[in-house]
Amino acid sequence: MRRIIAVLLENESGALSRVAGLFSARGYNIESLTVAPTDDQSLSRMTIVTSGTDAIIEQITKQLNKLIDVVKLRDLTEGRHLGRELMLVKVCAANIDQKDEIKRLVDIFRGHIIDVTESTYTLEMTGSSEKVDAFLEALSQIELVEVVRSGILGISRGKNALKAPPLS
Amino acid sequence: MILKGADILVRCLQDEGIEYIFGYPGGAALHIYDAVYRQDKIKHILVRHEQGATHAADGYARATGKAGVVLVTSGPGVTNTVTGIATAFMDSIPMVVITAQVSSHLIGDDAFQEVDTVGITRPCVKHNFLVKDVNQLAETMKKAFYVATSGRPGPVVVDVPKDITAQTAEYKYPKTINMRSYQPRTKGHIKQIERGIEILLQAKKPIIYSGGGVVIANAGPALTQLVDILKFPSTSTLMGLGAIPASNPCFLGMLGMHGTYESNMAMYECDVMLAIGARFDDRVTGELAKFSPNSKIVQIDIDPASIGKNVAVEVPIVGDCNEVLLVMNEQLKTKVDKIDRAAVEQWWEIINQWKTKDSLAYDLDDKVIKPQYVVQKLLEITKGDAYITSDVGQHQMWAAQYYTFEQPRRWINSGGLGTMGFGLPAAMGVQLAFPHEVVVCITGDASIQMCLQELSTCLQYGLPIKIINLNNQYMGMVRQWQEFFYDRRYSHSYMDALPDFVKLAESYGHIGMRVEDPGQVDDVLEAAFSMKDRLVFVDVITDRTENVYPMIAAGKGHNEMHLKPGDQDAQERELA
Repeated sequence: MRRIIAVLLENESGALSRVAGLFSARGYNIESLTVAPTDDQSLSRMTIVTSGTDAIIEQITKQLNKLIDVVKLRDLTEGRHLGRELMLVKVCAANIDQKDEIKRLVDIFRGHIIDVTESTYTLEMTGSSEKVDAFLEALSQIELVEVVRSGILGISRGKNALKAPPLS
Repeated sequence: MILKGADILVRCLQDEGIEYIFGYPGGAALHIYDAVYRQDKIKHILVRHEQGATHAADGYARATGKAGVVLVTSGPGVTNTVTGIATAFMDSIPMVVITAQVSSHLIGDDAFQEVDTVGITRPCVKHNFLVKDVNQLAETMKKAFYVATSGRPGPVVVDVPKDITAQTAEYKYPKTINMRSYQPRTKGHIKQIERGIEILLQAKKPIIYSGGGVVIANAGPALTQLVDILKFPSTSTLMGLGAIPASNPCFLGMLGMHGTYESNMAMYECDVMLAIGARFDDRVTGELAKFSPNSKIVQIDIDPASIGKNVAVEVPIVGDCNEVLLVMNEQLKTKVDKIDRAAVEQWWEIINQWKTKDSLAYDLDDKVIKPQYVVQKLLEITKGDAYITSDVGQHQMWAAQYYTFEQPRRWINSGGLGTMGFGLPAAMGVQLAFPHEVVVCITGDASIQMCLQELSTCLQYGLPIKIINLNNQYMGMVRQWQEFFYDRRYSHSYMDALPDFVKLAESYGHIGMRVEDPGQVDDVLEAAFSMKDRLVFVDVITDRTENVYPMIAAGKGHNEMHLKPGDQDAQERELA
């Protein structure tokens, strides 16, 4: 089953490679992995999308917890949660018909055109992975120049929060 | 007090109460070595190869329970330690390895003797640090010792660039350290302990299966007390030997691939299993699909990731083995009469029946020396009171099977990684820790050659280790598998062109002896052990084709043991 695991880890050099190394050394899947510092500069937050049997997911969370740099983690899929992905797509927009069609699709999917050149448009799309997939499918008649996706960012709904104890 | 980085490093070790550093100098480590020279509190042991330093520190740690300390230079100094670090990691041994690094401004430039130490060691350490600021050096060292020795222990690498060792900072060694991201839990959850006890009390065919975690947690006495309260049959992994005295009437001997018949059969047939500080390693479980099909398992381990990793567990108890066992023993004292004694008595009868197989019996020969006999004789001469280190292979199994350990921390071997070359340098660490105790390295002609250079270190520091080389001119365990599973195609498992070990020992300034005649084994061993202040290398020419029995072959279960050849028919009839 597909899982979204949110991890708070010390914002230290090498912390990312410890996580990535753990997944490759133990043969776990990584579908996507995103990481950036949080509002607390001493911490990074990582969202890992992975899949496996319940036993494997249990091992993944235990092994992650065992890493000294990991402060706290949560399997978001265990509760109500939100997942969002950002995609940038550069497409060919050579003639007026194509430009109109692209503009229409972007509006329908509530995206943005964030850059325009003589022959290309660059589009921004945010949403669930399903929505981002659907948008790409809708663009099937348009020639794609480049596609870049952020991978999923996850957060739990309601009062639940993944927070670190204060630095001592 | 303002000190240079190199002096801070050495002061940290002093304040940590470190007795010995095992190391080897080099360019990037020169400032540190100068600081070592300018003090006399800590003794530095100069090895002949960095792998030897790690195994020596590891042996010291296993025998004392304290962290072993290694100091090496950058580049090859580091890569040579990797085997030793991985060895310690697999067996959860506390160790702090200080590695010098090229100067900060050179890192990433492919400088002379530069390697990515943090990257290379990452998968085989509990944690590692690269020190980027001399002001953080002391705190990093404190963290290193804290992480290495607490929770499930393990090796920690501290990589220190040369320029950091030359810069100065105010020295203050923190008394304690608190890390928000690392807070090992030692106290078991009381509800879980009670649930575990309930299951134990209902057992009709129980088994207690203990491992290296019991030794590491110094939980031997608590385990022995538990066994004495419950009177349940007990077995141990290779790593746990000695935690419960081998002479305890409830002890069935080692389990696993070369464990006793009664231990493995009891694991297979039991209805309740209490696993303590043991991690269900493949050499213990055999084929997982056939592992103990009818048992409820209660598992105590300090590492949550070790619980339920290979085998599903009914009651997990996360905590320090000793703390959990003490609570358990206290509770059991008032509940022990709930045990179904009649059922357990019946179970003992079945086990005693299995014991009559005498699965460790072997035939003596008056022409060739049997390696098993040599170990038994060693046991007799040393009164079972020696520190025994071993390398890896047949001799390791014979040592485990025939040297019956009465105390923990006496059996020192590389169980997890299975590192040939471990035995001699590990014995150095043990002998330094306990200069007046008898330290024996049981080895083989293949293993001993992997860290042989340390004979020179032994001379320099006057370490009177007794090396018992069970010489069959083969990599015996490889040969055994080739005999059983590869139709006797002995591909590269023979040791051609062996050195004359007696002359070799003599050329290193030690005493060498050889024995080929079974009738002279006793005399030669007696003579070797009578030389209390000298290293004696005893080259024992043994039966070339002796195999380790009993054995569980790959893919087989605990109930499918391969006993020694004569018993094979009887066993097959029984299984049919």
